[in-house]
Amino acid sequence: MSNQGVPSSEPAEKPVLVKAVSISKRFGEVLANDSVDLTIREGEIHALLGENGAGKSTLVKILYGALEQTAGDIVWRGQSVKIPNPAAARSLGVGMVFQHFSLFEALTVADNIALALPKDTDLSNLPERIVAVSQKYGLPLDPFSTVADLPVGVRQRIEIVRCLLQEPSLLIMDEPTSVLTPQEADELFKTLERLAAEGCAILYISHRLEEVKRICQRATIMRHGKVVNECDPRLETPATLARMMVGADVHAIKSNSEITTGNPLITLRNLCLPAENAFAVELKNIDLEVFAGEVVGIAGIAANGQSELFDAISGERRIEDVHAVNLLGVPVGKKKINHRRKLGAAFVPEERLGHGAVPGFRLSDNVMLTRFSTEPSLLLRGILKRGNAAEMEQRIKVNYDVRMTHDNPEARSLSGGNLQKFVVGRELDRKPRVMVINQPTWGVDAGAAALIRQALIDLARTGAAVLVISQDLDEIYEVSDRIAVISRGQLSAPEPAETMTRERIGMLMAGMGEKHDNNTDKGQKHAAGA
Amino acid sequence: MRLELEKRSEHSALMTILSPVLALVLTLIAGGILFAAMGYNPGEALYAFFLEPLTNQWSIEELLVKAGPLILIAVGLSVCFLSNNWNIGAEGQFTIGALTGSIIPILFHEYTGPMAMPLMVLMGALGGMAWASVPAFLKTRFGTNEILTSLMLVYIAQYLLDYLVRGPWRDPDGFNFPESRLFDDAHTLMTLGDGRLHLGIVFALVAVLAVWFMLSQTLKGFEIKVMGETPRAGRFAGFSHRGIVWFGFLISGACAGIAGMAEVSGSIGQLTPVISPGYGFTAIIVAFLGRLNPIGIVFAGLLLALSYIGGESAQVSIGLTDKITRVFQGMLLFFVLGCDTLILYRIRLIKTARKAGGAHGRA
Repeated sequence: MSNQGVPSSEPAEKPVLVKAVSISKRFGEVLANDSVDLTIREGEIHALLGENGAGKSTLVKILYGALEQTAGDIVWRGQSVKIPNPAAARSLGVGMVFQHFSLFEALTVADNIALALPKDTDLSNLPERIVAVSQKYGLPLDPFSTVADLPVGVRQRIEIVRCLLQEPSLLIMDEPTSVLTPQEADELFKTLERLAAEGCAILYISHRLEEVKRICQRATIMRHGKVVNECDPRLETPATLARMMVGADVHAIKSNSEITTGNPLITLRNLCLPAENAFAVELKNIDLEVFAGEVVGIAGIAANGQSELFDAISGERRIEDVHAVNLLGVPVGKKKINHRRKLGAAFVPEERLGHGAVPGFRLSDNVMLTRFSTEPSLLLRGILKRGNAAEMEQRIKVNYDVRMTHDNPEARSLSGGNLQKFVVGRELDRKPRVMVINQPTWGVDAGAAALIRQALIDLARTGAAVLVISQDLDEIYEVSDRIAVISRGQLSAPEPAETMTRERIGMLMAGMGEKHDNNTDKGQKHAAGA
Repeated sequence: MRLELEKRSEHSALMTILSPVLALVLTLIAGGILFAAMGYNPGEALYAFFLEPLTNQWSIEELLVKAGPLILIAVGLSVCFLSNNWNIGAEGQFTIGALTGSIIPILFHEYTGPMAMPLMVLMGALGGMAWASVPAFLKTRFGTNEILTSLMLVYIAQYLLDYLVRGPWRDPDGFNFPESRLFDDAHTLMTLGDGRLHLGIVFALVAVLAVWFMLSQTLKGFEIKVMGETPRAGRFAGFSHRGIVWFGFLISGACAGIAGMAEVSGSIGQLTPVISPGYGFTAIIVAFLGRLNPIGIVFAGLLLALSYIGGESAQVSIGLTDKITRVFQGMLLFFVLGCDTLILYRIRLIKTARKAGGAHGRA
């Protein structure tokens, strides 16, 4: 392993804050951390990189006291310490912002923060302290607003302010930008840089190599539970970082520029869908055409109508206006999902476990789940042909490199990336003419993501229409021929990927592309504040 | 030291089978402690309760007579429970099935043709289905909690039965006893063996085979399990939520209705104010103890039938109150639900030792 970023190139070595010394953690037969060493200095933004299952979460949980190491030591400011639980970590000065927030939606910002503070904290001046901290670090936050009304970016600020109130020396951030617009992410980076300048160390976990390169001074790269490299990410390219992560050249996605597009296979005409409940999004007047042979990407921040749009196209929710949704030339607004599948359409939802697959069912039964209606060999007069489903499962496993510990396991036992390869492979195996996929590589490691993206492009080049809904802009650019942006239930007109800049996507995400100027004042303020 | 539940990556096949056995053992131990606390010799009392009834032919036939309705109702309930619908009102559907099944023998008792019995079975099934359709309708139309509605309908059904046998359906030649007329021979289910055992047990076994086939081999069974475990994935597969609510309630209502009709026609021979020792409720325990699996339900049904007979037997031989039957049934359900945790979790004993890494698994 070459040490490319030489530490001595730093002008002045800051003092070491925390050092993990040959940390090992064993879960049964699996060694999730194998003699891991990690050194974080005061005031540095330190990236922890690795594929899914590389052992990043395990290491971070040990530092935060959520797990106990099997062997090894943690040295905090030169002294060996035990961190038996998160409370101990917090009193030591470790704060953590999780990828999935743990907030009570019905409570106010101040209430949520109060709940997380130590029992003996004085709460009388809490709102003032929240405002003070949020202003100091550029994290505007109203302590009296109710969490349910706040967008995701603001919810993340609550989590961050919650940590900052305890004046941490080390702030751990798990995939913080996965839910943010590019502009919101920029704001977050400024906050992090300000914190670092004050001496707070930040351990930054991310899959996004561009941002690691942009804000981090050090990077520790893990693979299969071991530290495989350390470097200065500023001296690397995303490609070299990715190579260190996966241990081989990441297969570069090839998008054949000579696209021959045919007839529109997915047509949405003035598609409207009322919100199902208070937390859902209403779809407003959506128009879209996806032609045979192309991939259209729909970018957008979480919860702006992506799942509603997916449900309307797949037929999980049906539309009164039959012509609002047209698949392969057939108006299907009111038709059920299996009718649409029989026409040649395939769907992959965002949530693999619990929507795309039944967790407690074997993979062969999960093949049955979406394919009994289109494969005559799976169903004979109401009787299931499980043997044929098992054969298909074998075929998908081989063709899409689904790795498993034993044959035909329950879906829940597969890792995220492998289950996603299965769920996508199950549909690609049908050779569909229309493919609609929501978040194709959410939480999936780089190797699996490349495989899935390439398969989607290849599918389009065989004459299928592919619609990719994703919050990952890198992914959108990698696969799409044309890009549209969804924002609060409205879809911008798709534009060619070559002319669509990130800045323009960011503006559209913030609501600038909405056709109808019927936003509430509150919405405008949010868009402006983002 | 502390105990922790650790999630398994897959269902444990071993624990799926072992859990009810473990629950039974725990019930026996707790029962033994209970008997000892009451001042009985635990060994003697448990023998009187669980083994003595198995020592003679008469009791074994009686066991099958009681297992019949339990198995039939539980098989229906297993379909409903697997689809994540909680029909707690099988006792009411049983009662209404007994009422509608008695329309021919009581109101049209002159009609004794060969179709009388098949019609009675059909009407019993329809009665149970009608009663079960009320919570199904309320759930699909208004989102009402079916546990409450189905349970409350039990009491309405019981008062309806009480009203009919004391009022309009009372036997005119019955000296004012609150009983219907005795059923004609043509309206009495065919008996087997020495005379108590009737066709009801055959109905139960037919239902076991039919439901087993449906659940394991057909698309309908697949739909039931998908909708029960993950309704969102079920919708993705194109299955209907409403459809499965109706299906589960109607199947379980039909089974309970037939069981009610068979009990009246085969065992009692007339309508009386009380026609069931709580079969509809005990069948819930049977369904869970049997793993919601039709074959498992056969064994669980026999065991719970034994608890009824054991209660009677222990009352006679050592003077225990027959309420002890209910206590045993309750403990069994409690332990089986508790032990089911082990199917998806394992218990670990965590030592909070100074030196890290002191975790030992213990099943």
